Amino acid sequence: MLLFIFRRLSVLIPTFLGVTLLTFGLIRMIPGDPIEVMVGERTLDPVMHAEAMHRLGLDKPLPAQYADYLTNLLHGNFGESLITRDSVWHEFTTLFPATLELATAAMIFAVVVGLLAGVVAAIKRGSIFDHGVMGISLTGFSMPIFWWGLILIMFFSVKLGWTPVSGRLDLAYDITPRTGFMLIDSWLAERADPSANAGAFVDALKHLILPAIVLGTIPLAVIARMTRSSMLEVLREDYVRTARAKGLSPARVIFIHTLRNALIPVLTVIGLQVGTLMGGAVLTETIFSWPGIGKWLIDAISRRDYPVVQNGILIVATLIIVVNFIVDILYGIANPRIRHAK
Amino acid sequence: MANIVQTAREDLALTYPSPLKEFWQGFSFNKGAVAGLVFMVVVLLAAVFAPLVAPHSPIEQFRDHLLTPPSWMDGGSASFLLGTDELGRDMLSRLIYGARLSLLIGLSSVMMALIPGIILGLLAAFFPKVLGPLIMRLMDIMMALPSLLLAVAIVAILGPGLINTIIAIAFTALPAYVRLTRASAMTELNRDYVTASRVAGAGLVRLMFVTVLPNCMAPLIVHATMSFSSAILDAAALGFLGLGVQPPLAEWGTMLASARDYIERAWWVVTMPGLTILLSVLAINLMGDGLRDALDPKLKRAA
Repeated sequence: MLLFIFRRLSVLIPTFLGVTLLTFGLIRMIPGDPIEVMVGERTLDPVMHAEAMHRLGLDKPLPAQYADYLTNLLHGNFGESLITRDSVWHEFTTLFPATLELATAAMIFAVVVGLLAGVVAAIKRGSIFDHGVMGISLTGFSMPIFWWGLILIMFFSVKLGWTPVSGRLDLAYDITPRTGFMLIDSWLAERADPSANAGAFVDALKHLILPAIVLGTIPLAVIARMTRSSMLEVLREDYVRTARAKGLSPARVIFIHTLRNALIPVLTVIGLQVGTLMGGAVLTETIFSWPGIGKWLIDAISRRDYPVVQNGILIVATLIIVVNFIVDILYGIANPRIRHAK
Repeated sequence: MANIVQTAREDLALTYPSPLKEFWQGFSFNKGAVAGLVFMVVVLLAAVFAPLVAPHSPIEQFRDHLLTPPSWMDGGSASFLLGTDELGRDMLSRLIYGARLSLLIGLSSVMMALIPGIILGLLAAFFPKVLGPLIMRLMDIMMALPSLLLAVAIVAILGPGLINTIIAIAFTALPAYVRLTRASAMTELNRDYVTASRVAGAGLVRLMFVTVLPNCMAPLIVHATMSFSSAILDAAALGFLGLGVQPPLAEWGTMLASARDYIERAWWVVTMPGLTILLSVLAINLMGDGLRDALDPKLKRAA
């Protein structure tokens, strides 16, 4: 097991270095140089320009600049935003809970509905329900989620008025962030001061529902399809027939004997969705003005706030690499065949 | 003598249908795939003959017809079948011209990823000692970032626009092609026919492209179809974020970016472009399923 972890770790570090090379290189591909970007449209005195280049270490040869960049990163220095002058790391940690809350809600929605739909479709193979699930999941898989979000807003928010259009909480509430998760914070606030914050929790929930559905749509489609095909595979196994033959209840056969074994490939797919979720978060947060990482990055791009773009992407990529690493390890624990394969 | 040969040939024709016919049988067995193909042919024809098919110019602004509803609704006008947008431009014409851009982006980004992907994948398979792992590590790094985020980053640096959208999407699609080519080339390399060809003195380039590559094409074609549809989706997403094709060019995603403000007043401005994207992507994915069934029976049961 240790050897397995070590082997995966030895892949992790070069990958991380590669990503730093990528973010380092990206920022140097901008037309013009960072100083020109910082001063914007104004013209700059060449002497001051040279001084600024020297101060920021930009007059050094590229390998030296890269070494500086890495040293800074290793010291936890991710630079600061050109606009707010706040450190990139601080901005990230402030906004990340919002994205995490959204992604968690989306994933719960996708896993619960996707597993159920996939299991039932597999059991009732060839039925109308099966065809319906497969059709809907193929549609979900092909869905431009930014449009899906607009359609849901148009129907549920504008026409029916059930849910708010944007943000995480109504502005009437004044809630101090404790955990950064609005559902928990609003619940705590409502408990602490029921008169001032009545209904805050429900309001936060209403804000969360549509974005979570939008972000969960593609993972839901993938999970439903994968669960169905994996279930069908396992249902053919001899041990399932044995379980049936010895008179176990259908529910026990399906949920204990079949689903548990069918879950292994599904878990991998769920792990792979982390990347999809981060990509989808960019779109979902933009549509719903959800103050998270995705919107932060897009805003930084439109403001040409390059330190945020560069290191924001680096942090997100690192996060995904680490999550995939953990999924790999968990998978190795769950399935010894993977662990010992070369 | 001639008769015998003739009969033998006929017998052969009876037992082995031509590859094309066999392919079509496999493909047309899947009704969804045929429906997808028909839809895409219509879209393709509309795109190619856009100037003939489209009722108006995609950028002409009819100032007297701002936000006209579709023709079947109250206040609709017969000359604007699907209504007009906030600047009085005909929706249908913009969608038809938008098909040109989406297909162009899809096709060129697939080509720009497929060709380098095949070359790198074959190199990685043929040189498994040093070059192979090096290429694969590089691809792992590129895959560490979600494709849309990577595309956003690239466009953020290169600047928005048609060409940069294509580059960004091709770049993010590359690793999958490399991995796929390498994996299928590796299995082919162990086959006897490759050894035979090698013994017969075939050079490296011939071995790579003439001997091995044709036998790796089936999964590549299926994947190319699927990545064509995700290229259209990603291009639309970039357009929606304001990082893709720039207005006044009519691109489906770009059309949606401005539609957000009219969500309360003009549902057709929001609905039509998205529906077009959804149907096109769905049609291509259905075709991809059919292609997979027809070309690669081994993959049939995969999800």
